[in-house]
Amino acid sequence: MKRFLPAIALTFGLLLGAQPAAQAEGEGLMSAHASVRDPASLQRGAHLFFNYCAGCHSLKYLRYSRMADDLGLTEKQVMDNLNVTGAKFQEPVVSSMPAADATKWFGKNPPDLSLEVSAKGADWVYTYLNTFYLDPSTPIGWNNTTLKNAAMPFPLWELQGEQTAVMKPGTHEVEKLQLTTPGSLTPVEYQQATRDLVNFLTYASEPAALQRHHYGVWVILFLALFTLLAYFLKKEYWKDVH
Amino acid sequence: MSKFSAWIGERAPGLDATYRKHMTEYYAPKNFNLWYYFGSLALLVLINQIVTGIFLTMNYNPSAAGAFDSVQYIMRDVQWGWLIRYMHTTGASLFFVVVFLHMFRGLLYGSYQKPRELVWLLGMLIFLTLMAEAFMGYVLPWGNMSFWGAKVIVSLFGTVPVVGNDLVEWIMGDFLPADATLNRFFALHVVALPIVLLLLVVLHLAALHEVGSNNPDGVDVKHGPKGNRWSPTAPVDGIPFHPYYTLKDLVGVGVFLIVAAFIIFFAPTFGGWFLEHDNSIPANNLLTPAQIKPVWYFTAFYAIVRMVPSAFGTAFWGVLGMFGSIALLFALPWIDGGKVRSIRYRGTGYKVGLMVFVLSFFCLMALGMDLTDEYFPRIFGSGIDLTTWDNVFGRFWTLVYFGYFVFLWLYTHLGWEKTKPVPERVTMHD
Repeated sequence: MKRFLPAIALTFGLLLGAQPAAQAEGEGLMSAHASVRDPASLQRGAHLFFNYCAGCHSLKYLRYSRMADDLGLTEKQVMDNLNVTGAKFQEPVVSSMPAADATKWFGKNPPDLSLEVSAKGADWVYTYLNTFYLDPSTPIGWNNTTLKNAAMPFPLWELQGEQTAVMKPGTHEVEKLQLTTPGSLTPVEYQQATRDLVNFLTYASEPAALQRHHYGVWVILFLALFTLLAYFLKKEYWKDVH
Repeated sequence: MSKFSAWIGERAPGLDATYRKHMTEYYAPKNFNLWYYFGSLALLVLINQIVTGIFLTMNYNPSAAGAFDSVQYIMRDVQWGWLIRYMHTTGASLFFVVVFLHMFRGLLYGSYQKPRELVWLLGMLIFLTLMAEAFMGYVLPWGNMSFWGAKVIVSLFGTVPVVGNDLVEWIMGDFLPADATLNRFFALHVVALPIVLLLLVVLHLAALHEVGSNNPDGVDVKHGPKGNRWSPTAPVDGIPFHPYYTLKDLVGVGVFLIVAAFIIFFAPTFGGWFLEHDNSIPANNLLTPAQIKPVWYFTAFYAIVRMVPSAFGTAFWGVLGMFGSIALLFALPWIDGGKVRSIRYRGTGYKVGLMVFVLSFFCLMALGMDLTDEYFPRIFGSGIDLTTWDNVFGRFWTLVYFGYFVFLWLYTHLGWEKTKPVPERVTMHD
């Protein structure tokens, strides 16, 4: 029956390879190559988040203290540079913007981003941050090809610059985006910056990822040794079964 | 015997006898192959689910207001909470993997045939209970997929004629999945159904040990020649379950744990199949997910619900079809009138039939997972009418699924099956 093993392995392979529907809907997403294994990138991403996002968006499941531990920052660094809300070090990252005002200003309360990457995928968030364009027909003047008529004004415009849309002839569909006014970063630098931000949000959606990679290697090594010993023991006992 | 075990033996005389009956003097055929690992693995996963479940229960808050937050609390603030939760979620999916393989083993070697009908029936009851247990557990994190999954699955009962709507309200305790629903599902998931599962597992094993294990040759070792190294009355091809199969299963456990550990530590969401993306959004009755579909292990049965058309003004037929697809498995010992057990000696018709049956299960699974919506346009061009294609594809494989049981009855009861001679004693292949 060993001939069935490849079939089983293949089935699992197909299942893993097939993207779930939630991600499949955003076809043509850019690839973020997100990873939580680069501490410097996580620190840069945190810096961007607290400078450009934290005014409106919370990370209500992430504590400042946990973040400091995981990102290799000191309490002083976090409290002096990142936490501007007056929250205590042990408290979670909650934006100081009142929900009622936010709803009045933007039409909806800016969502908590603790689980944004878990819910939408890193590639979606990355693409979203790269596909804002000027659109005078919307109330806020910005639009986004990844999330049509997004309520969010583009907070990173001074970094990326201003993109405008080239429409497909005779339609209202966007064919491509063009950088018409450069920002303070080059396109390559901007992509790296948004990658840092996405890496940080990937970390925020599952801080345990840092630990499980670390422990996983040792657990599997232990289990491999255990299985090997169990195999030899079984072989010894089964010597006389023919 | 040590003083201690003598002391126990005087006060609980049946204990030692029970241990011997089920472990050291339970003679299992010596020719078990790869397919025989999955029973003990299912038991291992059951224990994992109970132990990790107890620790999750210590920190989980079974209320609509607190459930979602408490899961994140477990993931972030509880010491090792992330590991406990991933062991539980991975265990849930792997439970179905090993149970599906365990059931397929039964089909391969005719383990449900006389005299093991009761073993099979109890096993099917375990499967049914497991489905209820998994469904209710899936609702507990109170993510958006939990909410909509609960709504869709419970509303299946709404198709029952006359009492349908009342039934749905009775099950949910509200007009939508709500706090009352979550509370009762929690009670059922952590208390009622686990007790039922444990009881059924004990009965499943007791029934098995009464008639003895089948094997890849389908040879009845109990009725073959007698006398082995351990006992003159034991089957000649039987070996003591302990230590032989406990040690062999230990190797299986090791390999299985490596696979499980890989998922737990490196791919706990398994690409969105074990933990779905939409469940990272809190339950929201105003926000319908783009696609509502059950977790992978229910998708084949869910596809049947979708594919059976409405008739006479009711969609009840789909629900009947889904329950029918499981009920037919219960009836398998009586549908299959085969003269031999193992696929090694059965007719070509059985071999082909079983493979087509498994294929129908996989195709229905793919449909239930919406993989067809993704791959049909890629294969056949984006201009195709997906609904029609899905319906033709799904209804064809639904017919094949049910057709298999009709075929099997005709094939075996009308004497069309040409079997090969079964050897007197078990053979050692691999």
